[in-house]
Amino acid sequence: MEPFAGDLSLLVFFPVLGALALLLIPRGRTQLLFQTALLFASLTFLWSLTLLWRFHPATGGMQFVERFSWIAAYGIDYFVGIDGLSLFLVLLTAFLGPIVILASWTISERVKEYLFFMLILESGMLGTFVALDLFLFYVFWEVTLVPMYFLIGVWGGPRRIYAALKFVLYTMAGSLLMLVAIIYLAARNFQVTQVMTFDLLRIYNLQLPYEEQIWLFLAFALSFAIKVPLFPFHTWLPDAHVEAPTAGSVLLAGVLLKMGTYGFLRFAIPLFPEATLAASPYIIALAVIGIVYGAMVAMMQGDLKKLVAYSSVSHLGFVMLGLFAFNLQGIQGAIYQMLNHGLSTGALFLIVGMIYERRHTRMIDDFGGLWKQLPIFSACFLVVTLSSIGLPGLNGFVGEFLILLGSFQTSPFWTAGAASGVVLGAIYMLWMFRRVVFGPLSRPENQRLEDLGAREMIMLIPILALILFMGIYPRPFLDRMKPAVELVVQRIESKKAATPLVQGVTQGREIKLHGN
Amino acid sequence: MEINFTPLLPAAELLLTALTVLLLDLFLREEEKSFLAWISVLGLGVAFAMTFLLGGGQESAFQDSFLLDSFALFFSRFFVGVAGITVLSSVHYLRETKIREGEYYALILFSAFGMILMASANALILFFLGLETMSLAVYVLTGMWRDRSLAGEAAMKYFIIGAFATGFLLYGIALIYGAAGSANLGRIAASLSQPAEQRPLFLFAGIFLLFIGLAFKVAAVPFHFWVPDVYEGAPTPVAGFMAVGVKAAAFAGWTRIFLAQLAPLQSEWTVPLWVLAVLTMTLGNLLAVVQASVKRMLAYSSIAHAGYLLIGLVAADEAGGQALLFYLLTYAPMTLGAFAVVMALKEGDEDHETYSDYAGLGFKRPFLAMAMSLFMLSLAGFPPLAGFAGKFYIFRSAVVAGYTNLAIVGALNSLLSVIYYLRVIVMMYMEEGGAGGKSFAVAPYLYAAIAVGVIGTLYLGLLPAAALDLARESFLSLR
Repeated sequence: MEPFAGDLSLLVFFPVLGALALLLIPRGRTQLLFQTALLFASLTFLWSLTLLWRFHPATGGMQFVERFSWIAAYGIDYFVGIDGLSLFLVLLTAFLGPIVILASWTISERVKEYLFFMLILESGMLGTFVALDLFLFYVFWEVTLVPMYFLIGVWGGPRRIYAALKFVLYTMAGSLLMLVAIIYLAARNFQVTQVMTFDLLRIYNLQLPYEEQIWLFLAFALSFAIKVPLFPFHTWLPDAHVEAPTAGSVLLAGVLLKMGTYGFLRFAIPLFPEATLAASPYIIALAVIGIVYGAMVAMMQGDLKKLVAYSSVSHLGFVMLGLFAFNLQGIQGAIYQMLNHGLSTGALFLIVGMIYERRHTRMIDDFGGLWKQLPIFSACFLVVTLSSIGLPGLNGFVGEFLILLGSFQTSPFWTAGAASGVVLGAIYMLWMFRRVVFGPLSRPENQRLEDLGAREMIMLIPILALILFMGIYPRPFLDRMKPAVELVVQRIESKKAATPLVQGVTQGREIKLHGN
Repeated sequence: MEINFTPLLPAAELLLTALTVLLLDLFLREEEKSFLAWISVLGLGVAFAMTFLLGGGQESAFQDSFLLDSFALFFSRFFVGVAGITVLSSVHYLRETKIREGEYYALILFSAFGMILMASANALILFFLGLETMSLAVYVLTGMWRDRSLAGEAAMKYFIIGAFATGFLLYGIALIYGAAGSANLGRIAASLSQPAEQRPLFLFAGIFLLFIGLAFKVAAVPFHFWVPDVYEGAPTPVAGFMAVGVKAAAFAGWTRIFLAQLAPLQSEWTVPLWVLAVLTMTLGNLLAVVQASVKRMLAYSSIAHAGYLLIGLVAADEAGGQALLFYLLTYAPMTLGAFAVVMALKEGDEDHETYSDYAGLGFKRPFLAMAMSLFMLSLAGFPPLAGFAGKFYIFRSAVVAGYTNLAIVGALNSLLSVIYYLRVIVMMYMEEGGAGGKSFAVAPYLYAAIAVGVIGTLYLGLLPAAALDLARESFLSLR
C-alpha cells in the first residue's frame, strides 16, 4: 500500500488537536474533558497501529517520509519519517497515551489544564521520535519540557516546585549546548558541501576531523546522558519521579527517558562514529556503574516510588550498554529493552499510584500481606515485577539477554559487572515484593482496601498482555528493527576498519572556520 | 534649494500627529481626553501605511544626510509599531494614575519621531538630533507620574546619566568630524580608505567615545546602572517603551554606523564589543535572578537581552546584521507583552509588582497567566516561540563568524535566565494568593496589546521565514 503524505503529521499533531478541543469545553464538565482526551489519545493509538500495519519490515530506510520547507533561507525543513529504530518507540508512546489518561481519572483539580498539558506532551514526544531535521528535533525535544514542568509543578507532591525546576534546569543544561552543536554542525556542513541544511540524513555524510567530532559528540552526549539518565547525571530523576503525579511518572519513565537513549542511537552515534568509538569505553563504564549503583541504591529505598525510580537508572544502564556494543544483538536488545522498560516500569508506576490512592502512603513498611486483601492487584504486581527482573518467558529477559550477548563480544569484563546487576535487580525487586505483598496482613488500614476496579484493570491488562507476548514471541519486533539497526552497525563497522587513520585526522575535507 | 520631502513623510506624519494631539488637548474636556489616544493611533497607522507606500525606495534628503532605504523603513515600522502598542496599553494606566494624557501621547510620538530620525540618519549630526529628541521626550515620560516619589528620582537619574552619555557621544562625533572632515557617514567611510598609518589617532578616540555613548543607551554592562531604578520608577508602559524602543533605536544607530560604515575598522572594536557582550549577558542574568520585583527583573532581563543583541554586532557581516534585526523583531512583542501583563496586575494605588503578587494568577485570570507564561518561556528561549527563533539566529551568526565560544556563553546564559523566568510561572500556577489582576471588561485595550504580543510571539516563533527575509533585505540595503 502506498502511504499518503500526512500519515505521520496526523499522528504527531492529533493530540494537539485534542488539546485545542479541550479548550472549548467548559471547565466544570470534568467527565466530558476526560472522555475527550481519552478519545483523542485512543484514536492516536489506533492510527499508530495502522502505521505499524503498513510498515515495510524489510526496509532499513525511512518510511512515511514527509518533507516541506519551513524556513527556506536556512534549509530548515519540516522533515519526518520513521524506521525500525523509532517505529516501536512511536508505538509505545501512542500506546501509553490512553493508559495515562485513564490513570489520571482521579485528578480532581484543574482537570482541563492537566489534560491539555498531557496531550501536548504526547505530541512533543511523538515529534521527537519522528523528526529527521535537526532543528525540528530540537524544537520537539524542548517542547516536551514545558508540559512536563507543569505536570510536576502543579499536580505533583510536596516538593514539586523544587523537583520541577531541577528537571528543567538539568535537561536544559545539556540541550542548550546541543543547540550550539547543532548550529555548528549545520554551519560546518555548509562550508563543506555549500548546501544549507539541517537534514539529518544528509549531515550523516559529513566527515569531520576527529577533534571536532569529539567536541560535538560531547555536546550531544551530555544532553542525552542527562535525559537517559546515565550515572552520574541521574540526580534529577528520583526527585522528578517522586514528586510527579502517577501519569507523569509513567510518561517520564516510559517515554521521556527513551528520548535520551534514542538520541544516542539516532544522532550521537551515527553522526560522530569515530568519537563514539573513542568514547565508548567511558560510556560503557558509566553504564555499568549505573546498573550496579542504581540497583544498590534501589535496594535501600523505603519509598516504593523512589525504588522504581532508581531501578530505572539501573535498567537504562543496560540499554546504554547494549547501544555501545555496536553489534546487531546489542543494539536490538537495547531497543527491545527500551520498550520493556517503558512497559514494565510504566506499569510499576501505575501500580504504585493505585496503591498510593488507596492508602496515601508509598512506604514499603506500611504494607504487607496485601495478597490476602488484594489478590488481583497482587497478581498483576507479580507479573510486572517478574518482567522487570527479566524472568525468562517475559519481555525483560529477551532484552537483557540480547544486550548481554551483544556486549559480551566487545567488552566481556564490563558485561560480567552488568550481569551482577541482573542478580541485584532480582534481589531488590523480590525483596520489595515480599515485604509489600506477602507476610501477615497486620495493619488495620490495609484490611479495608478494595481490589482493582474496572478502570484500573483496563489500564493494566493491555500492558500485561504485551509483557507476555513480547516475552514469548519477540520475532515480529526484532525483524522490524533489524534492517535499520544493521545500517547503524555497518556505519560503525566501516569506521572501525579505518581505525588506523583515526590518529589525528580522517579524510574529511579540512576547512578552518575563520576568525577567533 | 530643492528639498526632497518624500523620505521624510513617515517621520513628519508622527510630528504632525504629536502637534495635533498637543493642540487638541487644549480644547478637550477631561473626560474626553482618551480621544487623544485614538488620534495617536490613527497617526501611527497612517505613518505605518506610508512606510509601505514608500517601500523599496532608496532616496535621500538634506544633502544625503537623511536616508530612506529598506533599513530605515524597517526601523520606522518597528518604532511605529512599538509606539502603537505602547499607546494601546497606556490608555487604562493613564486613567488610573492621572497622568496627563495630552502631553503623554505627544511625548510618545515625539520620541518615536526621534527614533526614526536615528535609524534614518546618514550624518552623525542628524543622528545626534534624533537621539536627543528621543531622549528628552523619554526623560519627561519617566517622571510623568508626579504623585510618586520614585518617578522624580528615576527621571532625575535618567536625565543626569543620559546627559553624561550624550556628552561622550557628542565629543566622539566632534573628534570623528575633525578626523574625517565631514559628519556624513558616507564621507567618513570614504576617508577610511586612506592607509591605516595615516589615520589620525583621535579618530580612534572619537570612535571609542561614540562606542561608549551608544553602550550607555543600549544599557550594556558596565554602563547599565541606571536601568533598574529608571524602569522601576517610570510608568510601566514607558518602561516597556524604553526597553524596546530606545534600545532598538540605539542598536539601529550602532548597526548603521559601526556595521556598515565603519566596517573597515572592525578589527579595532570587535574585542571590546566581545567583552561587552559577555559581561552584559552574564551580569544581566545574574542580577535578574536575585530580584524580588517582576518589573525590576524585566529591567535586568532587558539588559541581558541587550547582551544577546551585542552578539549579533560582534558577529557582524550579513549573518550578524540579519540576526540582530530579527532578534529585535522577536524581542519586541514578548517584552512589550510582559510589561503589559505587569500593568494588568496594578490595582488602584497598589502596583503589585513583586513575585508573590503573581501567585495563583493562572486560575484567577487564565488568559493573563497564559500570555505571561508564553512571554516568559519565549524570553527564556523555549521553542517554538519567538525568543527561541531570535536566539537561534543570533547564536548561529556567532558560530558562522567563528565565535563559537560566544554562542556557548550565550547558551549557558539562557540556562541561567530560565531560573528567574520560570519563577514567574511557578508563582502563577503553583502558588496560591496574590493579586487579582484586571478583567477584560476593565481594560480592554490593555488586553488587546497583550493579545498582539501573544500573536507576535507565536507567529515569529512558528513562521519566522518572512520576517527573516525582511531583516536580511533591510540589512543588505545598508551597503
